[in-house]
Amino acid sequence: MSSYLRIDHIDKSFERGGVHTEVLKDITLTIDKGEFVSIIGHSGCGKSTLLNLIAGLTRVSAGAVLLENLEVNAPGPDRAVVFQNHSLLPWLTVYENVNLAVSKVFSGRKTKAEKHDWVMHNLDLVQMAHAKDKRPAEISGGMKQRVGIARALSMEPKVLLLDEPFGALDALTRAHLQDAVMEIHGRLGNTMIMITHDVDEAVLLSDRIVMMTNGPAARIGEILEVPIARPRNRIELASDRTYLKCREAVLKFLYERHRFVEAAE
Amino acid sequence: MTATARKAETEAIAVSPDRTGTVVHLARRATPKIDLKRAGADILRNVLPPLVVTLVVLAIWQIACSQPGATLPSPSQVWSDSYDLIAYPFFEYGSQDIGLAWRVLTSLERVAIGFGLAAIVGVFLGAVVGQSIWAMRGLDPIFQILRTVPPLAWLPLSLAAFQDSNPSAIFVIFITSIWPVIINTAVGVRNIPDDYRNIARVLRLNPLEFFVRIMVPAAAPYIFTGLRIGVGLSWLAIVAAEMLTGGVGIGFFIWDAWNSSRLSDIIVALAYIGVTGFVLDKLVALLGSVVTRGTTKN
Repeated sequence: MSSYLRIDHIDKSFERGGVHTEVLKDITLTIDKGEFVSIIGHSGCGKSTLLNLIAGLTRVSAGAVLLENLEVNAPGPDRAVVFQNHSLLPWLTVYENVNLAVSKVFSGRKTKAEKHDWVMHNLDLVQMAHAKDKRPAEISGGMKQRVGIARALSMEPKVLLLDEPFGALDALTRAHLQDAVMEIHGRLGNTMIMITHDVDEAVLLSDRIVMMTNGPAARIGEILEVPIARPRNRIELASDRTYLKCREAVLKFLYERHRFVEAAE
Repeated sequence: MTATARKAETEAIAVSPDRTGTVVHLARRATPKIDLKRAGADILRNVLPPLVVTLVVLAIWQIACSQPGATLPSPSQVWSDSYDLIAYPFFEYGSQDIGLAWRVLTSLERVAIGFGLAAIVGVFLGAVVGQSIWAMRGLDPIFQILRTVPPLAWLPLSLAAFQDSNPSAIFVIFITSIWPVIINTAVGVRNIPDDYRNIARVLRLNPLEFFVRIMVPAAAPYIFTGLRIGVGLSWLAIVAAEMLTGGVGIGFFIWDAWNSSRLSDIIVALAYIGVTGFVLDKLVALLGSVVTRGTTKN
């Protein structure tokens, strides 16, 4: 009952043109403070919808999301989102993008100098302080996503929501950013929920992996604990038995028991 | 391209035998020469063709209007008849006897007021229409009908309402140029990516903050397209409106010249109007490209 974030018997259905589609059915999940949880599933299973429900960007059809025992049903900076395609505002510089969040969230709580320091602190966290005066069009995809993470972190969220944050990046950049996120999680101890379709990414980063069944009316199929000590090192883990077992368990779930059937779409 | 390629080539050739300082010297000397030539070629490419065409058109015009019984003046006749208008745009001999530049400025002042109001009101209305589905359903059909009304059709009504020619002319400009601003702004606002809206929701921006921080910058390319069309339309409307309302502007000058059979003066005035309209269009386009820098590319 005293869990940090509680997703309590959530249903989500859409009504479009008289057609009733059930996307999520009876999702219940509790997440502790400081925990890193991944949600994995085939595309179209409603995992992004689940994230949007937690963020409050979409309203639940039934059930509730409780953060520190208070119901949340509208978006807010306490549940900051890192969007898949970075979503930086192209007319603002890197600094101004983060500052937009900082000046709104901390208006009246921090002085101008404190706000500036806080923006720079968050840019430092993702190693982007050197590019503070660049516009998003002038930096690479990985750098944009770093700034997106800095912007979300700068809101001091209770829960950080990552919506396939590395999906659009190449493998090497992706690995760098995964390390950066792990490092930040280790340093700040944020509660993080990440949507992903990458099995390695899920096992590497998470304390628990939530596996979704295929839609329509997707539900939580299985929850896997990843009992690997932190800090984790991707090279050491490559031959680690626990890592391989977790990986196998997720793969089995996704490709044996809940194979993606195109016709189910 | 060729210049840099050539430069790289000379450098490569020079570098390969032994790495001494002379290489840099060579390359530096070669570059500006070629660049100057290219700049000259650019000017030639862009300036020469319109110049040639203008001369040809003038020649044809001269031949056609030199025939006996020609109804319009030839270029040489325009030059001799209206030399004072062409050479001295800023003379001032009396309240109605002033240079064409002054008349254009008077018209521009009306355009500035009318178009300025249209830009402000248009962006606001466009934002409302683009943002709210019900405002769009209610207002869009009305806008679509009203925007087809020709500018001068508004003039009698506005004369009746304002009882004065100057505000009437300004109103005609306003009502002519506001539609493209509204419609383009609405399209721009409707096309704001959902991601930007989601950021605003997560940050809990209030409607005013959303308008200033997200909506206007995101829709700026569309807004400036509308403004550019609008400024062109308002320049069209002012000339026509001034012909009817009288006063000092360039439009009335043409009407006055026609009434006193000064055809050469009309031709000079047309040139003034054309150049001014062209400059107005380029000014708004320039302003747009400065303001929307970085917005369109991502």
